[in-house]
Amino acid sequence: MASARLTRRSTRFDATPAPFAVLRAVRGADRIHCLNAAAETAGLSRGQGVTDARAICPDLVTAPSDLRAEQRFLLTIARWMDRYAPFVAPDGEDALVLDISGAAHLFGGEEALLEDMADRLSRAGLEARLGCADTRGAAWALAHFAPGIAPPGATRATLARLTPEALRIDADTATGLRRLGLDTIDAVANVPRISLARRFGTGLTHRLDRVLGAEPDPISPLAPESDWEVSKLLQEPVGTVPAVMAVLEQLLEPLCLRLEQAEQGARQLSLHVRRTDHTVSVLEVGLARPMRDVERILGLFAKGVEAVDAGFGIEHLRLVATSREPLRLRQLTRAEGEGADHLSDLISRIAGRVGFEHVLRYLPGQSHLPEHSFIIAPAAYSEAAPGWPASATLRPLVHFPPEPLEGQGPRPPKRFRWRGMRLTLLSAEGPERISPEWWLDRPAWRSGVRDYWRVEARKDGTAAHGAEEETRRLWLFHTPQTDAWSVQGVLA
Amino acid sequence: MKVRFPTDLQLRPTRAHEVCGPSAAVFAACHASQQDGPILWITEVWRSDRLHPRGLSRFFDPARLVLIEARRAIDVLWSAEEGLRSGAVGMVVAELTRAPDLTASRRLQLAAEAGGTLGLFIIPEGTGSNAAETRWHATPIRGSGAVWDSTPMRWRTIKNKRGTLVNAEVAWDATAHRLLLDTTLGKRAAHPPQHAL
Repeated sequence: MASARLTRRSTRFDATPAPFAVLRAVRGADRIHCLNAAAETAGLSRGQGVTDARAICPDLVTAPSDLRAEQRFLLTIARWMDRYAPFVAPDGEDALVLDISGAAHLFGGEEALLEDMADRLSRAGLEARLGCADTRGAAWALAHFAPGIAPPGATRATLARLTPEALRIDADTATGLRRLGLDTIDAVANVPRISLARRFGTGLTHRLDRVLGAEPDPISPLAPESDWEVSKLLQEPVGTVPAVMAVLEQLLEPLCLRLEQAEQGARQLSLHVRRTDHTVSVLEVGLARPMRDVERILGLFAKGVEAVDAGFGIEHLRLVATSREPLRLRQLTRAEGEGADHLSDLISRIAGRVGFEHVLRYLPGQSHLPEHSFIIAPAAYSEAAPGWPASATLRPLVHFPPEPLEGQGPRPPKRFRWRGMRLTLLSAEGPERISPEWWLDRPAWRSGVRDYWRVEARKDGTAAHGAEEETRRLWLFHTPQTDAWSVQGVLA
Repeated sequence: MKVRFPTDLQLRPTRAHEVCGPSAAVFAACHASQQDGPILWITEVWRSDRLHPRGLSRFFDPARLVLIEARRAIDVLWSAEEGLRSGAVGMVVAELTRAPDLTASRRLQLAAEAGGTLGLFIIPEGTGSNAAETRWHATPIRGSGAVWDSTPMRWRTIKNKRGTLVNAEVAWDATAHRLLLDTTLGKRAAHPPQHAL
């Protein structure tokens, strides 16, 4: 399979393909991992060292193995196999297993199905070895050792003459069986099970049971592909913003319809824009709340689409709703809707640039400590909490981490410096005593209770009572335990 | 129920204004209380001075506030423009570390007109931009000493594109949600503004 992945495009037009092999490093030496038919006829085989292979077949073309690409390729074929049966799973590195129970008749029987499959695969440049049997193990054995179909109920008879390796057992066990003269599956199956288990462990008997159908051998099929994805391949590449937006709209419509049917809303969308030179740029759009409105999502993409470099043209667009949340169908009343929609659009747009964690909302908190009496939550993930409880006491409009002041004693200092200003106390009101929450350890509150004062102070150097007089209203606190003063806020 | 400010002290809607001085945040909060709809308050994330919602609740319901803490100064301007242009909010307040240049302030002015939104920019003292509709200076003044809940301030216009300059002593009445005028409206002669344009 690994070689076919690389050669299938060229062999389609090439009458006599050159010997080709994919190499994989095994314990430091390059060995043939996969080879094409031409290489096989030249006398090469799997697992052969590349130097030996070159000696046998000097015009051998090789390529290194790419595990990830091979795996992806196998998955792609597995997805395509959906056309035959719903249960498809990759089996090992280069095999696929399909459960065609109840599906074969749709193609005119097992033979016709296999023929169709082989035909289509060969047209795609792939040479497949197909096996079909009652059990998964038997199908594997046939595919690997004697391609064909085992008629229903005749699994054992069909496999009888195959070598023990067809049981998919490790090489040591197979060699051991051969040494005992057990050259065929039939011979192995005829040996009393207890002797087999004693000699080779229960692994062998389990394999045998699975192949012959005495033990279940279920397949775990690939999960169905995400339904939250739409793509469009354009006949002619486009390069203008309106054209891309028009295509995007065509993509959004079915996606939003699907979301609506599932009563979901998209929370995050990504648009993959592929240009003719196969470079892909990805646009991500986050939404302040789940949404499935074509127009509004389109609007959020507008800025990103403008920034895309179209190069020689865009030929493929893929839109994926990467994150979704339930969004119930409901009737909009006249009162709601519009305003909230506009605001959440705005939040989405701004958060798209500054980040969702930087668009915030205040929510009431449970603590009585001034700086913990509220919670700051991302606006996109929280609901506004109207009706703040009326505050019994005056709180500053602006607050900041405590800034220490010079001064001692229980009364606010007569003169102090704050932020480069010399201030003279005019009046003070207080104290309002706030105790720390003893059940929580807050480092800032380790200095014990605080006596809060509201003070009015004149900035030195400004004339008293004149028009030029400048004052500051500050929120100070005194910690009696440490006898220290700090400023924590500005009242007005 | 809202009690409207005297005409002289109102900010012209759908325009961008500037305010500086130590009481600029209070000035912004007072005017936010006059607007309907959400308030977008944009600041930079590194600032240690934060709004306290319980202090804010004396002016308007903090639930109306959407706070944006931008990482860069340019993001503050960008968010402000988006907010003004969208028309989804009642007012946009942005704290700037320096006054926007002519291009930026003109853009903001156009955005405010396009979205029909009031914009207010808190700028450092002594700066300003030409495109601003009005520029205010807000500073606390000594209270009468009777009640502490009052917030006596002096609001004066440094610049007004159309209309006279104002110098008013005001205070905020948190229970009635109205502006108390103590004052000397239009008493310009006593204290001529420095940067009259």
